[in-house]
Amino acid sequence: MANVKVDVDLDCKGMFCPMPIVQLKKATKNMKPGQVVRLVATDPGSVRDIPAWASKTGNKVLESSEESGVFTYLIEVS
Amino acid sequence: MSERKKMAIIVHSGTLDKLYPVFMLSSTGGAMDADVHLFFTFWGLNAIKKGGLESAKLPGIMSVGTGMMKDKIKKVGTPTLTELLAMCRSTENVKLYACSTTMAIMDVKKDDLIPEVDDIVGAATFLDIAMDADVQLFI
Repeated sequence: MANVKVDVDLDCKGMFCPMPIVQLKKATKNMKPGQVVRLVATDPGSVRDIPAWASKTGNKVLESSEESGVFTYLIEVS
Repeated sequence: MSERKKMAIIVHSGTLDKLYPVFMLSSTGGAMDADVHLFFTFWGLNAIKKGGLESAKLPGIMSVGTGMMKDKIKKVGTPTLTELLAMCRSTENVKLYACSTTMAIMDVKKDDLIPEVDDIVGAATFLDIAMDADVQLFI
C-alpha cells in the first residue's frame, strides 16, 4: 500500500451493514476520478460488500487487507 | 461503469422486522447506484405516514419486545429506520410511492404522509417500473 496516495480516509470501524457502504458512497460523491479513498472497517460482511459495491458503481478496489479483524480497502474513484 | 440497475420493492408490511430489510436494501441499493423504487401498500403504508417509522413495532405477540430490539439495534450502531430513510434520500436514487387504493381504504390523506413520498400511484405504475427491474421483492 506504500505507493498509493490516499486522498480521503474513512473510518468505518464498529459499523455494520449498511453503514460502511452508505458512508463510502457519500465520501466518493465529491471525489474526482483517480482519487483514492482508504476505508477501514471491522464488519466481516465488508469483505464481499466493498468489491460488490465497486463492481456496480464502476469504481476500483486497488488493495484489500486484513489485520486482526480490521479490514483495510483502497478504492480508486472512476 | 456497468449498466445502471433497477430495484422494485412492494412494501406490504408495516412491522419493524420487515421495514429494516426494506430500508437496509434500499439504502445499500441507492449507494450502489441502482434506481430503487418502493411501493407502499396495505400495512406498509403505515410506515410512510407521519410518525409511522418511529412507531413501527415487532409483529403480533412479539410487539412487547420492540423496545428491547430497538435497544439492541442501537447498541450495534445500526441506524434507526428514520435515519436509514434519510440515507436512502441522500443517495438521490430511492423513490417512495404510496398506493392510492390503500390510501382510500384506510382513509389516509396526502397530508398524512411524510414529505419524502414522491408520488401517489396505482398498480400500473408499479408494474411499469417492475417489469424491467433487475430486483423485484415483496416484503
